Amino acid sequence: MKKNILFISCEEAKHICDKNQYGEASFWEKFKLGLRLSWCKITRAYTKNNNALTKCIEDSKVDALNQQELDDLKQAFEKQLGNQH
Amino acid sequence: MPEHTIDPNQWIHLYSDYLFNYTISRVNDREIAKDLVQDTFVAGLNSMKNFKGQASERTWLISILKRKIIDYYRKINSNKGKAEIRMSYSGDENEGDWLEERVADPYDKTAEDDLENNELGNAIYECLSKLPAKQAEVFKMKTILNYETEAICNELNITASNLWVIVHRARTAMAECMKKNWF
Repeated sequence: MKKNILFISCEEAKHICDKNQYGEASFWEKFKLGLRLSWCKITRAYTKNNNALTKCIEDSKVDALNQQELDDLKQAFEKQLGNQH
Repeated sequence: MPEHTIDPNQWIHLYSDYLFNYTISRVNDREIAKDLVQDTFVAGLNSMKNFKGQASERTWLISILKRKIIDYYRKINSNKGKAEIRMSYSGDENEGDWLEERVADPYDKTAEDDLENNELGNAIYECLSKLPAKQAEVFKMKTILNYETEAICNELNITASNLWVIVHRARTAMAECMKKNWF
């Protein structure tokens, strides 16, 4: 079956919505998502929750250790752990 | 009988990011925050015999971390002089330790925004801890550390489509969890 270039499935819409949260959706993808949002309640609900999650994380200014920092911490701690035994 | 057990082998994996986020929101310096988290784990290891199991491991480690943050502020304040430490006290009835309360009690923070951000950060980590390990790792790298898709795929040896499936599952679970706890 030929894939419709304008109308996308709910799953594809969710995928584009996810990419859009990270600024990785193309103009054409955003257009197709917008079209689906105009009539699909499920996509609208998903997008609403997804946007709220993104805003939450941005507002929180939450931070984490990167892999290198985590590895350094692990290495130093394991050394201490070894000294205990 | 103690309700909680202690297992230091899991500490780095389970609590590093939570403790780091807790610390950096209070000291605003990445290097110092890392040092304080490391000191906390070492202090926890050295005082494991004091763990009674009444609180969870994380709560217990946070109580150690609070002391470390207090010590850190004491140290820098002792270099600057003591005047700053007592500045929020107005009368004899309010005797106490301003510094200790500032670290221990988030309600003493000057800006409401800071308090809300800290609580929001805690809620995010609470929800993140409930995700399967792989989802949590990918979500953290993509959403909190803002890594490029390609960099995550290379590091974890997964395809881009695999990454987006994991991100989708993680975001759905996170949104659901945050809806219950925060929205």
